[in-house]
Amino acid sequence: MIDFSYTIWILLIPLLVFVITGLTGNRFKPIVTGIIGTTGLGINFCLALFTAYKYFFVLDKVGGAFQKVIGISYTWLHLTDKLHIDIGVLLDPISVMMLIVITTVSFMVHIYSLGYMKGEKGFARFFSILSLFSFSMLGLVIATNIFQMYIFWELVGVSSFLLIGFYYEKDSAVAASKKAFIVTRFADLGFLIGILVLSYTTGTFDFITLTGPNSPAFTSGQGIMFLGMSTMTWAMLFIFMGGAGKSAMFPLHIWLPDAMEGPTPVSALIHAATMVVAGVYLVARMFPIFHHEQSALEIVAWVGGFTSLFAAVIACTQYDIKRVLAYSTMSQIGYMMLALGVSGYGGEEGLGYMASMFHLFTHAFFKALLFLGAGAIIHAVHSNYMNEMGGLRKYLPITHATFLIACLAISGIPPFAGFFSKDEILVAAFHHNKALFAMEYLVAGMTAFYMFRLYFNVFWGKDQHYHHTPHEAPVTMTLPLIVLAIGSTFAGFIPFTKLVTSDSMPFEAHTEWGIAIPSIFIALIGIGIATMLYMKSSDTSKKIATALGGFYTAAYSKFYIDEVYLFITKKILFNYVSRPVAWFDRHIVDGTMNQFAYVTNVVSDRIKGFQSGQLQQYALAFISGVIALALLFIYLWTN
Amino acid sequence: MSFLLLFIVIPVLTVIGIFFSKTHMQVKWTAVVGMSCQLILAGFLIYLFLAARAAGNTAEILFSQDMVWYKNLNIHFFIGVDGVSVAMIGLTSIVIFAGIFASWDVTDLPREFFTSLILLAAGVFGFFISLDLFTLFLFYEIAVIPMYLLIGIWGSGPRHYSAMKLTLMLMGGSALIMLGLLGLYFNSAPGGGPLTFNLIQISKVAIPMPAQRFFFPFLFIGFGVLGALFPFHTWSPDGHASAPTAVSMLHAGVLMKLGGYGCYRVAVFLLPGAAHEMAWIFLILTTIGVIYGAFGAIWQKDLKYINAYSSVSHCALVLFAVLMMNQTAMNGAIMQMISHGIMTALFFALIGMIYGRTHTRLINEMGGLMKVMPFLGVAYVIGGLASLGLPGFSGFVAEMTIFVGSFQHNDVFHRVCTIIAASSIVVTAVYILRVVGILLLGKIKNPEFNHIIDAKWFDRMSVVTLILGITAIGMAPLWLSDMINNGLVPVMQRILLAGPILH
Repeated sequence: MIDFSYTIWILLIPLLVFVITGLTGNRFKPIVTGIIGTTGLGINFCLALFTAYKYFFVLDKVGGAFQKVIGISYTWLHLTDKLHIDIGVLLDPISVMMLIVITTVSFMVHIYSLGYMKGEKGFARFFSILSLFSFSMLGLVIATNIFQMYIFWELVGVSSFLLIGFYYEKDSAVAASKKAFIVTRFADLGFLIGILVLSYTTGTFDFITLTGPNSPAFTSGQGIMFLGMSTMTWAMLFIFMGGAGKSAMFPLHIWLPDAMEGPTPVSALIHAATMVVAGVYLVARMFPIFHHEQSALEIVAWVGGFTSLFAAVIACTQYDIKRVLAYSTMSQIGYMMLALGVSGYGGEEGLGYMASMFHLFTHAFFKALLFLGAGAIIHAVHSNYMNEMGGLRKYLPITHATFLIACLAISGIPPFAGFFSKDEILVAAFHHNKALFAMEYLVAGMTAFYMFRLYFNVFWGKDQHYHHTPHEAPVTMTLPLIVLAIGSTFAGFIPFTKLVTSDSMPFEAHTEWGIAIPSIFIALIGIGIATMLYMKSSDTSKKIATALGGFYTAAYSKFYIDEVYLFITKKILFNYVSRPVAWFDRHIVDGTMNQFAYVTNVVSDRIKGFQSGQLQQYALAFISGVIALALLFIYLWTN
Repeated sequence: MSFLLLFIVIPVLTVIGIFFSKTHMQVKWTAVVGMSCQLILAGFLIYLFLAARAAGNTAEILFSQDMVWYKNLNIHFFIGVDGVSVAMIGLTSIVIFAGIFASWDVTDLPREFFTSLILLAAGVFGFFISLDLFTLFLFYEIAVIPMYLLIGIWGSGPRHYSAMKLTLMLMGGSALIMLGLLGLYFNSAPGGGPLTFNLIQISKVAIPMPAQRFFFPFLFIGFGVLGALFPFHTWSPDGHASAPTAVSMLHAGVLMKLGGYGCYRVAVFLLPGAAHEMAWIFLILTTIGVIYGAFGAIWQKDLKYINAYSSVSHCALVLFAVLMMNQTAMNGAIMQMISHGIMTALFFALIGMIYGRTHTRLINEMGGLMKVMPFLGVAYVIGGLASLGLPGFSGFVAEMTIFVGSFQHNDVFHRVCTIIAASSIVVTAVYILRVVGILLLGKIKNPEFNHIIDAKWFDRMSVVTLILGITAIGMAPLWLSDMINNGLVPVMQRILLAGPILH
């Protein structure tokens, strides 16, 4: 047995870095903070690699399967006799994989930010919160129990909030950060309720118990409870609500596009590669229970599938390059959710599960690359809008090359990483649900289309009038691009079926060319259309947009979902709930209290004359009283 | 002599010291020294208590002392602590310590101000160590009375109205409490024998159900008024808005906890039968209070009103958890009291500091303050995050304990109440982020604010103490939770014996 207790340092290092850089603040030169943060993450990256090596290659398997190892665990809080919250480290294939993803991307983003954020006023603050985020995200994936996950879940939420609102003097950034926090918080309420139901029914928070073969979740809470679904199904749905919020699934997605107000490295790290896939990770973590509650899993599949289509449609119409990427992220996460939703459990049956994790892994590379590339572009031209760009391939050769690799990877062109993972997802969908499968074929084509629409608009076409000649980014920025490009090219060759599977048992993978070849063709068609429309500047695309009319406008306006939310929150909650409550409190509740006081006052006003302080008056009353009493006594006496 | 007496002796000595102080500075430093001693003493008490428990001392009450005070009515001066009161004493000493620093720039009659403030604290300390209902009530009144002077003299805005309103409503509560306490007293020996005010003794006798039913509402509502029980909470927004900074801190931070503590320690503990029967009525009220306070806060424009409504919401959660009457929820209630106490004190301290710089409390008139006062701004954000229940701060621990505890009830009514109460975490996030957004972020609206000076050393002292409090509990809650649990065991046994065993 290998001692994994050192893994706690994976949590402690970023926490320490956060505390140190947070407290010293601006006392150091900004670059010092940046270097402290980057070094910390670098160490973490090495630790993660080391752990992965030990876990996958040194640790003995039990019955051919990777075991779940508790590296270290402390009791944090006792709740009831049975329930207690632990903070610890759980190592299993998916958590180790996530460690790699998070530390790699985070490390790259740290290096990149050294260049990108140079000269920003909040440089130290930026790195400090970045460490807080890394801490929270790592704590989330290595959680030993669902409550630990919830704790870190909230913490990633707040670090995301702080980073989206990094430019806090900009009103749109403030609004976006608020929106992100509140929408995900609302989803987290569902998560919390789910945890309450689940923990009450099963009597434990512990993942190993919950997802083990004899899970109490399989036996308890099975009776029909509400709307024809069992308690456990409801618990899973509530938990999924939390995941859907964080992973920007329809209809809780509205915060993600706005979150692009944050600095671009943040978008790459948090809103593309790591935090937004937390929802997928959550479902994967609880997968045995989801698999047991088929109706919940079905909903996961459809929500994922619908989101992937919905987001892809919107992505085709947006002009802000970061927003295109944001919708693309939503769409890709939809893929991952769908893959989980159509997965079975164990061996080949669990292909969807493996594919989902695989796609999560590869997506982290190419999407982070796309965002960092977008950052380099924005850095060069000082604009987010692709219609203000063009012909940039001459000025930004490295960015151009790496961006192209990422575009090919996400479009699913072999041999780039996205092809392999996406193909597995399509295969899994094909065997489970033909409707979803057809939808995903369509989405694959659209993905290729909107990515190359972006690519051609930015790098090809006519030069625009730039403020100054665009120039390639510094080496701190290009180096991470290159590293991630290498990842995006080769990550597809990692034998995931041997490493990360639903029951931790390796199985043999084989490519189903019957599905793979058409998907390549669809991607090529998408690319082809994009090439025709956008490689040379022409107004064909505008004509198509006009021809689509209302549908285009609706997609361009993101199907008015934001407006619906605004209506509910501003109009209904604010005006028709909050305002009446405030009024009711002041006028009815408090009014009643004031009425008491008023009545008392009036009564006392009527009788206060009795105590005037004038001696004559008192004497008069006294003497009158004496006389009256005397008369009374005399009267009584004489009778 | 029990050293607990020091908790009353030190404030009294401090007041005497203040009386003999000559200058403004001397007054303040006397107060600082006195309250630092109090803080150290509280730390020492926690240490001694934990050491005694670790050494296997399982007595229900530690460090107790019983003196006959008035023999004819069997009134005793009976003091002692269990895990819960130790925790509350810790809270009080932190808040009063920070409060002294937060009132550093009181220039108007400082001697009288600090005297009243410390007398108030003495009342609170006395209340938490009392185990005789008569002594308890006495200290309760000692704590409530200086409030009138503090708001009436040093307050702002419609201070006379607010002071009067607050005092009258609390006195109304006191009247109910007194009736309730007399009811307890006269039923304290149903089997014959001398009547007693001794809380522990009363808890061991079974008070006849009719009497329980009759007196429970008196006690619960009476203490509930102070604990901002809906719909008897309206003194709170006005009172807090008019009160000077340290008074708001102490009042919301500690005094309102007297209400929650009273509900737990007197109403529910001594009348458990009636509590079981009538809990549902008050559960409805507190559930309303949780949501209602939160929604009320969204609409407010004055920082103090926002925080006052937020307190209504948070304090309602305390009573809500007390009424759940199981160990976990009850533990959550106590932690919520402590957490909210420190948190709200932090808020009021910050609001006072912000007001001292901008001369307005209306959020619409402010904006972009983060840029000119980063320290106070960051502290406000930390307070806000703690208030909306972010992990790592005390609020999260308390709220989660409450929700998990309440969810152990296996019936629809309790479940629905829990879910409604839990949804307040979203509404709380809305009003907190709204305030943070308008107040601190964005661009500076008023050019005069460019000349604002960030926190001075005494401001920092106060703020850092409080932030350390909430993070210490939030990061490592186990010791506190276990200490409280320890105090709760006998209480819960008694409560569960009296009623249906709840799941």
